[in-house]
Amino acid sequence: MYFLIKRIAAVIPVLAVVAVIVFLLLRLSPGDPAVIIAGDSASAQDIEAIRRSLGLDQPLLGQFFEWIWQLLHGDFGVSIFTGMPVLKLIMQRVEPTLWLAALTMAFAIVFALPMGIWAAWKADTWVDRLVTALSVIAFSLPVFLIGYALVYGFSTRLGWLPVQGFKSLADGALPFIRHLILPVVSGGLIYTALLARMTRATMLDVLGEDYIRTARAKGILLPRLLLRHALKNAAVPIVTTIGLGIAMLLGGVMVTESVFAIPGIGRLTVDSILRRDYPVIQGIVLVTSLAYVAINLVIDLLYGLFDPRIRY
Amino acid sequence: MRHRFSLRLLPAALLSVAALGSAMSFAATDVKTIHMIPQGDLKILDPIQNPSYITRNHGYMIYDTLFSQNSKGEIKPQMVDNYKVSADKKVWTFTLRPGLKWSDGTPVTSTDCVASIKRWASRDVSGKLLGAAIGSMEAVDVNAFTITLAKPFGPVIEMLGKPSSNVPFMMPERVAKTEAAEQIKDTTGSGPFIFKNDEWVPGSKVVYVKNPNYVPRKEPADGLAGGKVVKVDRVEWNVIPDQNTALSAFKGGEMDVYELPPADFLEPLAKDPSIKLSIDKLGNQGWLRPNHLLPPFNNAKARQALIYMVNQGEYLAAAGFSAKYQHPTCMAYFMCGSVNDSKAGAQPYQGGQNLEKAKQLMKESGYKGEKVIVLAPSEPPIQAAAALVTIQNLKKIGVNVEAQAMDWGTLQARRAKKEGWNIFHTYSVGADVYSPAVNSYAQASCDASPSGWPCDAELEKLRASWVAESDSAKRKKITDAIQARMYEVVPYVNFGQFFQPMVYRSNLTGVLDVGIPVMWNVEKK
Amino acid sequence: MDLSLERLEQRIARQANQPRALRFARRHPLLVLGLVLLAIVVFLAIFAPWLCANDPTEMNVIARLKPSSAEHVFGTDAMGRDIFSRTLHGARVSLLVGFCVALLSAAVGIVVGTVAGFSRWIDAIVMRFMDGMMAIPGILLAVALMTLTQASVQTVIIAIALPEIPRVVRLVRALVLTIREQPYIQAAHACGTRLPRILARHVVPNLLTPLIVQASFICASAMIFEAYLSFLGAGTPPEVPSWGNIMADGRSVVQLAFGVILYPGLFLGLTVLAVNLIGDGLRDLLDPRIAKKL
Repeated sequence: MYFLIKRIAAVIPVLAVVAVIVFLLLRLSPGDPAVIIAGDSASAQDIEAIRRSLGLDQPLLGQFFEWIWQLLHGDFGVSIFTGMPVLKLIMQRVEPTLWLAALTMAFAIVFALPMGIWAAWKADTWVDRLVTALSVIAFSLPVFLIGYALVYGFSTRLGWLPVQGFKSLADGALPFIRHLILPVVSGGLIYTALLARMTRATMLDVLGEDYIRTARAKGILLPRLLLRHALKNAAVPIVTTIGLGIAMLLGGVMVTESVFAIPGIGRLTVDSILRRDYPVIQGIVLVTSLAYVAINLVIDLLYGLFDPRIRY
Repeated sequence: MRHRFSLRLLPAALLSVAALGSAMSFAATDVKTIHMIPQGDLKILDPIQNPSYITRNHGYMIYDTLFSQNSKGEIKPQMVDNYKVSADKKVWTFTLRPGLKWSDGTPVTSTDCVASIKRWASRDVSGKLLGAAIGSMEAVDVNAFTITLAKPFGPVIEMLGKPSSNVPFMMPERVAKTEAAEQIKDTTGSGPFIFKNDEWVPGSKVVYVKNPNYVPRKEPADGLAGGKVVKVDRVEWNVIPDQNTALSAFKGGEMDVYELPPADFLEPLAKDPSIKLSIDKLGNQGWLRPNHLLPPFNNAKARQALIYMVNQGEYLAAAGFSAKYQHPTCMAYFMCGSVNDSKAGAQPYQGGQNLEKAKQLMKESGYKGEKVIVLAPSEPPIQAAAALVTIQNLKKIGVNVEAQAMDWGTLQARRAKKEGWNIFHTYSVGADVYSPAVNSYAQASCDASPSGWPCDAELEKLRASWVAESDSAKRKKITDAIQARMYEVVPYVNFGQFFQPMVYRSNLTGVLDVGIPVMWNVEKK
Repeated sequence: MDLSLERLEQRIARQANQPRALRFARRHPLLVLGLVLLAIVVFLAIFAPWLCANDPTEMNVIARLKPSSAEHVFGTDAMGRDIFSRTLHGARVSLLVGFCVALLSAAVGIVVGTVAGFSRWIDAIVMRFMDGMMAIPGILLAVALMTLTQASVQTVIIAIALPEIPRVVRLVRALVLTIREQPYIQAAHACGTRLPRILARHVVPNLLTPLIVQASFICASAMIFEAYLSFLGAGTPPEVPSWGNIMADGRSVVQLAFGVILYPGLFLGLTVLAVNLIGDGLRDLLDPRIAKKL
């Protein structure tokens, strides 16, 4: 409990640093939402009037403290362009991103763990080499190339799966899954590769330990041996990798969402940066940073679950 | 317990966490829904504050106009039932059609219209011209209002029926009272569709439904004029940022309409029998805009050199337009094929690209090899291609070019500053180019002009006399004089006239070729 | 029996006669494959101006989107530029980005990490700052940085390196914390050896091996990252060909001219693969203790 409080308290300076970095980064950038709203035909007076109506003519320090003040009251502000509350914009986008991230990770875990374990068990055979080779190759390809190739094969040629978009689970399980298969596979390959390599490496270590040899000598059945004895002891590094993967995913979905036109947080981020929608970018960064910190906290707690020796 | 925890539970745990995020969603039957890939993302809902075409298109869905342009370019009454002009052409009286209602059910009144015209006139290029001429506007009764001119102004009806940005859309008085620089929040309109605020996902989805309160005119739809009869229940704009994905989605039949397909795909799409093209026959005009405040382009000779440097076909081909979608080299500043098409002043340039002449003019302008900064955006594709062509050609005429790459958002901020750039590119639809009153880049009012800031008293005087003239034959003469002057002072260079069709699947009928994806009159089978 | 013994002797003799390079290649086939692949790409990049008949930026609007031909081996892109030439010149930019990001993040990481490892109060401040930076998704930080400054190859390098730095700092700091507890460091301290000398003689050399391995992976991911930045519209400037922006330019016409994405994609994939293989191989070679991990 004490540990939890201490960890949560440690989050506050992190978020404060994030807030300052992001605010400065944005306000010092050459973009200006007022000129984007004003458009091609605007005169300098038009632009100035719009800037004034947005409060962007205020001094930087004043804008910063106003934003912090709002934040302390739980108000993330409103989008400069759409006029929507930032929190609402983000909440609209949470569902697709969470599903995409969760399923991508699940996909990676479901495929990578058996592959990694198998490769470790059959170390230095063709199985091992194949798994290693596939994972290095999958690690070397940009996500959008894999995405285009999958769309070409499964949508354009075969017509089995939709090209783009997202359907909520509330619209039915089938359309939901059909829309997510291609993004999950193209985004998930890289994590599958990462996780498979990690699993193989840790399992190799564990399988070399004395107690495993003893267990094998005692004639314990293979699945039981691998799962009960080996995998459990390899869990800590694997969970770490999964945790790192989730953190990477938060950024990685940006590309997947752009390719497949999925209305998630990633695309909201890119769109907002390109049009300098300051309050939205600031809100997203705070929320994703919070998610990142929370995930790390959960992972730390999981360590304790897997390895009773680790105590805080 | 702890020891029993198995990794097998982890995927399940992740899934259940994600399930918490599953929120509301809207089931839709596709029977009468048109799915369209719009040209971009609808960011701003205010078509007066923001002149972008996507916001204008949104305006046409939910608002109506007093007058509109038909397919022949004539201005016809739309919300207006009839209008009268006094003999001295000073007092204009407009009477609204009876029974017009806002989407909230309240009646449209003349005070709403007066407030809407005021707001538009404080923001729009041609609106400002009209606004300067207006002495007073008053509601006569609930359905009628007058505009009293303080000084002569010819194209009153043309301005009120202006087809493109910023369109004088009518809004309720409470909305129209917002300052023009500030964004409106209320989307109540009297147009054929209603905007679904609760289904709007910026960056992804915009939804419109049929407006049950809308009363269309009796005449058949003709251009933007005539009856705006809605024949579907719902229109969904599905934003797809990746062009390759958008194309695959349209070809695969997931979408009914693709507003701006990449130019390169027009030929292959046109060959597909299940796909039709809707072409606005006026087309668009490419704009190369020099900065008139900085050397070398503060000298007219250097700006004239740019005209000699440009080969319109090269620019358009680089942007992906095949000959079929290019207008042959066009020297009319106010669009070839428009009512203001003219050859005045263009004689010296008729020979087309002449790099030697351009080089010589640069020298005569006193150019001594200073750095010329061209703003080169990575997107949108037409602006990006044009910048690359200009950079290459400037090098050929001996200019010391520096290409500065940036995203479009940065470019917009950079060009708003008077220092630090020499050339940028953009383009405009013909409806925003075709007359000296609507063409914002033909302004030469120094600081009051858009980025580039051309400054020429004579051109301004000619433009003022154009809008003051009500006789169309005399106006034509002034148009020629304006164009001749423009070829001397070169506020901007036209890099080509081109056509950007909208494509749609053949199960749609009644699509209007107006260059704007208005979805009235369209039936879906 | 005799026969097989004889064979064994022959084999030993043959191995002894083999040049050392070949023996090395047999023991580390993947490392060598990686090195050979990378050497080829580096060669093509360096000699690109002499290998290509066409200027990579020369536009020719008449010859747009042409398929492979004798004149344009890989065809032409939407501006009529030669894809072969652009791909080879793109190798220069992409390799430069990869190596510079690796170098830059390793250099900053080693300095900041070592200082943090040796000074408690600097550690407290620096690590909070690093935590904050790590909490911002890398792509977001990079895209924001790209829009912050004028797009150029240098900006791309900094934008990609910055999100990597906290990870390197953490690695270095963790290593330093273990190294400084080693008996020989304590002994050196006790003998009155001054800190800079301890750092230079004992600490930094011990950091190099894991750092080189880490840097090779950073190099590989930086090249992919560069492609993502271009893809999201915030990458290297359009007139400088890099694999990322060749592909980003090409994606709208990929259904007409597949080569626009295929060739730079192939080169990018192979190069990243090569660098990854080198990273794996180096780890096996330099640090047998962790050879089996990863």
